[in-house]
Amino acid sequence: MVNKTSFLPTLTLLFGFAFLYAPIVILIIFSFNAGKLVSVWAGFSTQWYGELLHNEQILRAAWVSIKIAVVNATIATILGTLGAYGLSRFGAFKGRTLFTGMMTAPLVMPDVITGLATLLLFVGIGWTRGMSTITIAHITFSLAFVAVIVRARVSALDQSLEEAAMDLGARPVKTFIVITIPMLAPALVAGWLLAFTLSLDDLVIASFVAGPGASTLPMVVFSKVRLGVSPEINALGTLIVLLVALCIAVAAWIFHRQEQERLRDQQAAERG
Amino acid sequence: MVNKSSWFAPKEVPYICIENVTKRFGGFVAVDNVSLEIHRGELFSLLGPSGCGKTTLLRMLAGLETPSEGRILVDGQDTTNIPPYDRPVNMMFQSYALFPHMTVEKNVAFGLRQDNMPPHDIDARAKEMLELVQLMNFAKRKPAQLSGGQRQRVALARSLAKYPKLLLLDEPLAALDKKLREQTQFELMNIQEKTGVTFIVVTHDQEEAMTLSTRIAVMNDGVIRQVGTPSEVYEFPNTRYVADFVGSINLFEGDVTDSPDTEHVTIRSEEVAVEFKLDAFVELPIGAKVAVAIRPEKIAISKDKPEQEENICRGKVDEIAYQGSLSIYQVELPGGKLVRVTAPNLTRTAERPIDWDEEVWLCWGRHAGVVLSD
Ligand SMILES: Nc1ncnc2c1ncn2[C@@H]1O[C@H](COP(=O)(O)OP(=O)(O)OP(=O)(O)O)[C@@H](O)[C@H]1O
Ligand SMILES: [Mg+2]
Repeated sequence: MVNKTSFLPTLTLLFGFAFLYAPIVILIIFSFNAGKLVSVWAGFSTQWYGELLHNEQILRAAWVSIKIAVVNATIATILGTLGAYGLSRFGAFKGRTLFTGMMTAPLVMPDVITGLATLLLFVGIGWTRGMSTITIAHITFSLAFVAVIVRARVSALDQSLEEAAMDLGARPVKTFIVITIPMLAPALVAGWLLAFTLSLDDLVIASFVAGPGASTLPMVVFSKVRLGVSPEINALGTLIVLLVALCIAVAAWIFHRQEQERLRDQQAAERG
Repeated sequence: MVNKSSWFAPKEVPYICIENVTKRFGGFVAVDNVSLEIHRGELFSLLGPSGCGKTTLLRMLAGLETPSEGRILVDGQDTTNIPPYDRPVNMMFQSYALFPHMTVEKNVAFGLRQDNMPPHDIDARAKEMLELVQLMNFAKRKPAQLSGGQRQRVALARSLAKYPKLLLLDEPLAALDKKLREQTQFELMNIQEKTGVTFIVVTHDQEEAMTLSTRIAVMNDGVIRQVGTPSEVYEFPNTRYVADFVGSINLFEGDVTDSPDTEHVTIRSEEVAVEFKLDAFVELPIGAKVAVAIRPEKIAISKDKPEQEENICRGKVDEIAYQGSLSIYQVELPGGKLVRVTAPNLTRTAERPIDWDEEVWLCWGRHAGVVLSD
């Protein structure tokens, strides 16, 4: 009886984990495959990692992707923050509802539409397509995500902090820089990281607005895979998984330290 | 030292003038045509129930809200259109609003830094302020590492650091427990006396207002009901509302039956079997509907019949609340009216001098009651 009841949850748990992680585990295992066939194990080897590091095309694409992602994340964070702040702080101005709707529309807009629309715009104004067009297109949609995250934080922010700063003589711009931005910092970091990943991840929009000579990593991977999955791509995937895991670990560590600091503060306060 | 009598001298030019200030939020009137004059060095209280517009009035003084009508003068200067960061006025917020990412020292120095003071002077002033509130040892801590009382003192130091002409305090002690609150009240009064800064304190606690203030303005529904010293407001309330809001009071509805001159008045109330014979300070026509307000401590309670002939009646003890230094009696009059009486516990005894359901005599003097005609 006892066995039977505890067996089922364990099985469900295992199944859940398998569902989530089995594909990734298989990817990692086959990145160390000595053979060229993706689905047949032919012994352990790290040769695909070596080849990856010499694959000019992939390295160039990775560099392009990272540059776009960084510029995109930075600009989207600045614009998204200003937009979110304006929407929740400057009261009811004319057209506020419309503006709010417009700002969050890209959240639900299918990528195909965003891609097509931005492509039409660039063609219309005769802008040469390349890295800049991909960056601009990415900003238009990741901006909305940043705005949503920052807005939640702004509305949770105690407005009397800003009022106190102004009361003590800080002008509005200074108040924004020395009080508001530090208070919003966690949301800004989260927004930046989200915008960064969204851009790094995007295939559809980039495919629409990319020009010759500006291929992002997802575009290169996708075109390679169409010709058959190469073990090199497995190696690349493994590296990315490693990078992501590292980021999560660092974030968790920072969070843990903050939590401990908070607890220490609380105890110190209680001691008086 | 501040000249404590200045606010009784109507000829002196007031330091703060609030002239016919009204604040509307949409159609809602939060502050309704308020006029007040406050003198230099006063510790002035705004007292009123929740939602009566105290914070709104204070925020207009700080410049965080613009009056819909009227104007506000500080030291002769019209401040109505001056933004908060250019006003010689500082505010201590109800939530303290300490900057969580700065140390205590940085919080206190924040205002000074905005004025481009030399760093040396900033340090000296911040130190002086922390000494004033006795937090020298906490300069390097963050607000999260402080107790509620310490945070309150940091907020006070921060708002005083710029030597403002006027300091506004929004329920400064509301977040403290009773014991700490009483102790801090005296500290606040000390600091106010030491610095000589004019304070306006918002509170909904009438005891706190009485303890702290040179004068009190009683507010209700955005309107000032009465302005006066604590004893004026307590002993001479001008309306039923003020009488009832400040302290506890017994109100007897009745009408004037005789008023031989401007000082003496006789009032008959259905609620009491006897007539009130009182000294009034206003002229009252015969037949006027009035209320007699008598504070619980101004009524004497005894088992034996007192000597006096007038202002005396019988009752039965309904409820007794023993409070150590005094006892509160609730006495039921023959008509059913309940009267509150407080009497000091003068002798040390475990037995009650007056017990439940006992027949007692109540009496009061001609000065005891206030006649309210509103
Ligand atoms: N920004 C605003 N918009 C609309 N109504 C407001 C605004 N600020 C205050 N009010 C209203 O004005 C009235 C007075 O508010 P205020 O904050 O001045 O009350 P208060 O006397 O300080 O009360 P409390 O003791 O609860 O702090 C309230 O009814 C409140 O709902
Ligand atoms: Mg308030």
